[in-house]
Amino acid sequence: MAMRAALAGSGFAAAGAVLRGSLAQNRMRTALAVLAIALGVALGYAVQLINQAAVNELAQGVQTLSGEADLEVRGPRAGFDEGVYPMLARLPEVAVASPVVEVDAKLAGRDDTLRIVGIDVFRAGLVEPGLIAATAERLDALRPDTLFVTPAALRALAVGVGDEIRVQVGLADVPLRIAGELPASGSQRFGVMDIAGAQQAFARIGRISRVDLRLAPGVDVARFAAALRELLPAGVNAQGPQTTLAASAGLSRSYRVNLDVLALVALFTGGLLVFSTQALAVVRRRAQFALLRVLGVTRRRLTALIVAEGALIGAAGSALGIAGGFALAGLTLRVVGIDLGAGYFRGVVPALSIDPVVLALFFALGVAAAVLGSVVPALETAHASPSQALKAGDEERAFARLRSPLPGIVAIVIGAAATALPPIAELPLAGYTSIALLLVGTLMLLPRIAASALSALPAPSATAPALALSQLRGAPGQLTVSLAAIVASVALMVSMAIMVASFRDSLDAWLERILPADLYVRAASAGETAFLAPGVQRKIAGVAGVRRAEFLREQQLALDPARVRVVLLARTIDRANPARSLPLIGAPLDVPADAPPPVWVNEAAADLYRFAPGAVIALPLNGKTLPFTVAGVWRDYGRPQGAIAMERERYVELTGDATVTNGAVWLAEGADRAAVEAAIRAAIPGGERLEMTGPGEIRELSLRIFDRTFAVTYALELAAVVIGLVGLSSSFGALVLARRREFGVLRHLGMTRRQVAAMLATEGLIVSAVGLTVGLALGFVISLILIHVVNRQSFHWGMDLSVPWGALTGFAVVVLLLSSLTALASGRRAMDVDVVRAVKDDW
Amino acid sequence: MPAITLDQMLSIRGLAKSFAGPRPRAVFRDVDLDLEPGGFIAVMGESGAGKSTLLNLVAGLDRADAGTIAVDGVELSALDDDALTSLRRVRMGFVFQAFHVLPYLTAAQNVALPLSLAGVDGTAAAARATDMLAAVGLGDRAPSLPRELSGGELQRVAIARALVHHPRLVLADEPTGNLDPDTARQVLALLRDETKARGAGGILVTHSRAAAATADRVYLLAADGLREIEVP
Repeated sequence: MAMRAALAGSGFAAAGAVLRGSLAQNRMRTALAVLAIALGVALGYAVQLINQAAVNELAQGVQTLSGEADLEVRGPRAGFDEGVYPMLARLPEVAVASPVVEVDAKLAGRDDTLRIVGIDVFRAGLVEPGLIAATAERLDALRPDTLFVTPAALRALAVGVGDEIRVQVGLADVPLRIAGELPASGSQRFGVMDIAGAQQAFARIGRISRVDLRLAPGVDVARFAAALRELLPAGVNAQGPQTTLAASAGLSRSYRVNLDVLALVALFTGGLLVFSTQALAVVRRRAQFALLRVLGVTRRRLTALIVAEGALIGAAGSALGIAGGFALAGLTLRVVGIDLGAGYFRGVVPALSIDPVVLALFFALGVAAAVLGSVVPALETAHASPSQALKAGDEERAFARLRSPLPGIVAIVIGAAATALPPIAELPLAGYTSIALLLVGTLMLLPRIAASALSALPAPSATAPALALSQLRGAPGQLTVSLAAIVASVALMVSMAIMVASFRDSLDAWLERILPADLYVRAASAGETAFLAPGVQRKIAGVAGVRRAEFLREQQLALDPARVRVVLLARTIDRANPARSLPLIGAPLDVPADAPPPVWVNEAAADLYRFAPGAVIALPLNGKTLPFTVAGVWRDYGRPQGAIAMERERYVELTGDATVTNGAVWLAEGADRAAVEAAIRAAIPGGERLEMTGPGEIRELSLRIFDRTFAVTYALELAAVVIGLVGLSSSFGALVLARRREFGVLRHLGMTRRQVAAMLATEGLIVSAVGLTVGLALGFVISLILIHVVNRQSFHWGMDLSVPWGALTGFAVVVLLLSSLTALASGRRAMDVDVVRAVKDDW
Repeated sequence: MPAITLDQMLSIRGLAKSFAGPRPRAVFRDVDLDLEPGGFIAVMGESGAGKSTLLNLVAGLDRADAGTIAVDGVELSALDDDALTSLRRVRMGFVFQAFHVLPYLTAAQNVALPLSLAGVDGTAAAARATDMLAAVGLGDRAPSLPRELSGGELQRVAIARALVHHPRLVLADEPTGNLDPDTARQVLALLRDETKARGAGGILVTHSRAAAATADRVYLLAADGLREIEVP
């Protein structure tokens, strides 16, 4: 008993020494594995930090603006009748009611907006104290032309207290004097003024944007909100501030989740690299581990030691990754912006905050990825018969379990079935799961795929390539481990490339379809305060050289308090042929004259609100709920929150609002566009503020924004491919090192260095060709899921498949070349004089 | 110093070798040796005396610091690496202590490997490999993989591989070090008989007196040179 204990103790010490020695001896491979984990963790953590900063930014904004409100009563973007306010204030359940006018004001002479909040300073002080500025001149808070702004706004506008800024309303400038600084901290940019002044300045007489309510003690908020529904006009809802936050966050949630998933993909690929490195390293040391078992180390201890080795690598990689992720997030925020180019947040650079739970999670993910890479080969090694394992050539037995195709087939079948599932919590979780299962299933089938591919290859006549093929055929398990990282990274890169190409081509075709006019006019590029009055519209239509002009009014309607408002587009639509104005999907419905009038919804509205062609829906307009018939669904890449198009004449008739935000102009034959633009500007007071662009420029700008939005995606794809190639290099290096004796024997038998190099290059070429082929095929399948499931369920838009053959071919050639060169570089040591001496080595 | 004569299979004169590095070490000097065709000699010495180094130098896998080596009248120092490799491929065979058969090739494929490297047609190489395996008593094990063979069988495969291409010189580095005494005797006898039968010269590096006793002559390698000894 004592001797056994002593042996076990000495065996444990020996085991620890072997592993320490192995880690020290294989510094390069260990370092590569650590770096791969670090890269995956850094990318994932950086994306998470940025996403969290975005959500925090939103939350802070809601908190500042809502203050201590229990409920917010909100309506359409254009506001609602201010008579709602006194009605609410008189309710016994309401302790304080604070009316608010809120606009995104276009800044005159700048392509930027400033959120301006008009408040009743006496009421707001009791509900939203953060909106009250301390000022020596108290009457400034009641003046109609003074503004109090946040420190962040002062910095962004490069103005100080006492300066004047000008906002554009219609086509005119309205000056506002900055009377003081708000107490808001951080990066919130907005200004506060008197509510009556805001109504007057922004042509909102008789209308307010919301009413913030602080309820009396003991009032049940949810019950009261439900009761309010009966009292409020159509399109006006009561909701908690958190609902507002959730709705705002929800708009960008899909984009942020997609980025999270991409970053996790990079981590997964890094984990595969560790798996391939560790699996090969453990398998190649089978004889050593068998000796440890002979010396008295138990199975459990041996497994624990090997897994601990993986955990050490994972921990080192995670620590590096966390630090790198924080640095990367900070750099990205400064260079790309908090919305990572997507346009959901404008011009803010918030601080990053470290959540210990999230930090620990990503640290654990890195360690888990590395540990998983060690567990399977560790268990197999620990349970192998020591006598068998001490025999050379036994390594391939370690991969025997990988040969069963059943787990891979099951994973693929389940993954395929998952594509049919609907979104879960409005996220394409089933789609992501499907992609993960297809990827894992294919990796599990790799031994079979590799064996089939290798047996189909004709035997080369030259000795060196023939030996290369024999070696690969003799060790399909080890080949699989080398292939795993390259297959995963190629598949993911190819799938993203096809998806992005399809998206871009579909966007391009859509832009061509929706921009049929020669010239587009709008009152401003941003904000909601600029518009074109009826007189301006008539003047534009009457300018010489203008053959036809159509106008569009963009509004926002609150259909669901839990969601961001949908966009209402009141525009010229030929009811008999709506496809001329809208990029319809499918044939339009012919709405009978006695049915509610037609509207056409975009794909997002159809998905989010279940608006199907033929359905009668209720829309709140001008305080009333009115029925409309869904006459068709159109493709729209600009409004993921949902959009509804209706005939402009009907909109004006129902609301009395004849102003517009955009105009489209068709030129007469022979008319010069520049001359017509100049004539339009000259004909209209304030015409110099008009923005006029041609369809080509809009198209170019849109595609530039698209490319910028996907810049982060491209970066993550590239990271995945780099990790895959590094994985391949590491695997080759490990295999070459382990085969040094074999190379020594071949050199003894008369194989020249060139022949050894040719053998290694052939191995690299075959491995990468197999990996590339499998990766391309798998990537194509995954792209279909991305296009038809993930994108559809995330953003509610469809796209047509477009495969970038040229780019993929170029990519394949580069990967093949790099892989062969990598194999060759890794095998340099196979050709030095030391391999000759290696034939004498015991290990 | 006796002159190099063409009737010697191998002629070594004044060979010296040392290893550079953080701890430079002179391995041996003033080594002279002649081996005639059909001759079978043993080289003994203490561990670290340079026996394997001597074989590497003769095989052209390393370069001497001084002295000459001529194999079949060809002076090795005049050849570049490719030429040395070619010489090794055609005129030499090797048997190692750890057998070193390639694990992913069958016994027949392992034996045929030197022929493939020499450019012999695949069918012809396979036929000669099968014949050679029969000669060493493994005719029925041609399709077996190395992991299916015993230590003695593996060493027979290695001997077959060393002789299949009719080399002029066979170099065996502790070929019986991993074998039991009975198997070792059989393997040594096979190695000696097959080497002599093909008119090749054989050099056996060994610690074993029993193994050395099978040789025509026994030499002792030391730092100051190589001298013929009686087997104690």
